[in-house]
Amino acid sequence: TADRRQVPVAEKRLMDVKLNQLGSWLGSRDFTPNGIISAVRRGHDRYYNKYINVKKGGIGGVAMLLAGYVVLSYVWEYDHIKHDRWRKYH
Amino acid sequence: MLSRLVFVTASGLKSSGPLGAGLVHASRSLHTSSQSLAPVPPLPEKGGKVRHGIFPEELFQLLYPKTGVTGPYMLGTGLLVYLLSKEIYVINHETFTAAAIGAVLIYGVKKFGPSVAAFADKLNEEKVAKAQEVKDVAMTNLTQAIENEKKEQWRVEGRGMLFDAKRNNVAMLLETNYRERLQMVTNEVKKRLDYQVALQNLHRQMEKEHMVNWVEKSVVSSITPQQEKESIAKCIADLKALAKTTQAKAAV
Repeated sequence: TADRRQVPVAEKRLMDVKLNQLGSWLGSRDFTPNGIISAVRRGHDRYYNKYINVKKGGIGGVAMLLAGYVVLSYVWEYDHIKHDRWRKYH
Repeated sequence: MLSRLVFVTASGLKSSGPLGAGLVHASRSLHTSSQSLAPVPPLPEKGGKVRHGIFPEELFQLLYPKTGVTGPYMLGTGLLVYLLSKEIYVINHETFTAAAIGAVLIYGVKKFGPSVAAFADKLNEEKVAKAQEVKDVAMTNLTQAIENEKKEQWRVEGRGMLFDAKRNNVAMLLETNYRERLQMVTNEVKKRLDYQVALQNLHRQMEKEHMVNWVEKSVVSSITPQQEKESIAKCIADLKALAKTTQAKAAV
């Protein structure tokens, strides 16, 4: 890659952070309410501008959100669904 | 395709409720960064690629170098078998419900997808066409205004010539007036001078006449009767002499 300036760990993107730097990277993130809200907004903007705010969007944009909702709701209900298991030992 | 519909309808309801899990907010934030891009860049043509409707293409690209084309599918199968065997995913009545709903959804999407997409595209196009029309009308109006402005500027150039012609007219009027007055002055002066000349002539003539009359009168009064008799006698003698000479001439 062309220019590899020395960027401090705090400003690196998650994919560029090495595994042993993960702890310090997490520690440097902004966990104030403002920071969390801005992080959520950034994530939303990225998803929106990639999959929905286009001229010819496909079903993927909404379908992925619905699928994620289904999976998440299954995870939340697992303690209740556990009782419908067919076998006791797996 | 559904996202297109969502975009079209969501832009209608500007202030919708809080972010639900599946509801997408239609607020495109412009000018968030310090650099303002004007004109606004156009929307991308297609969204991020998604395979089978729910798996983003990036996953397939991630696994391709190590496991080739079938890698993600094998991953999916393995995961599914693991979830089923360990009963992390439990098969109960909900499974059949999900299967039925899934089948209906997939059938609906496959069958009506393109038509709904075309409809949403048409709506979008109409909106874009309206905006474009406004812009075009504005452009034509502005170009027309520019033409009119240029025409006015050209007219202003002509106005200079108009003023020159008027100036010439005024100059000619002044000249004519001046010459008229000059002529009047000359006439008046000439009349005065003629009067003086006539006066002098009259003076001289009257003097001459008077002098002639006076000389005549004095001469006539100076002829005494004796002188008159003498002059008459002389005249008779002269006449006789003359008659003698003419008689002599006639005889010869």
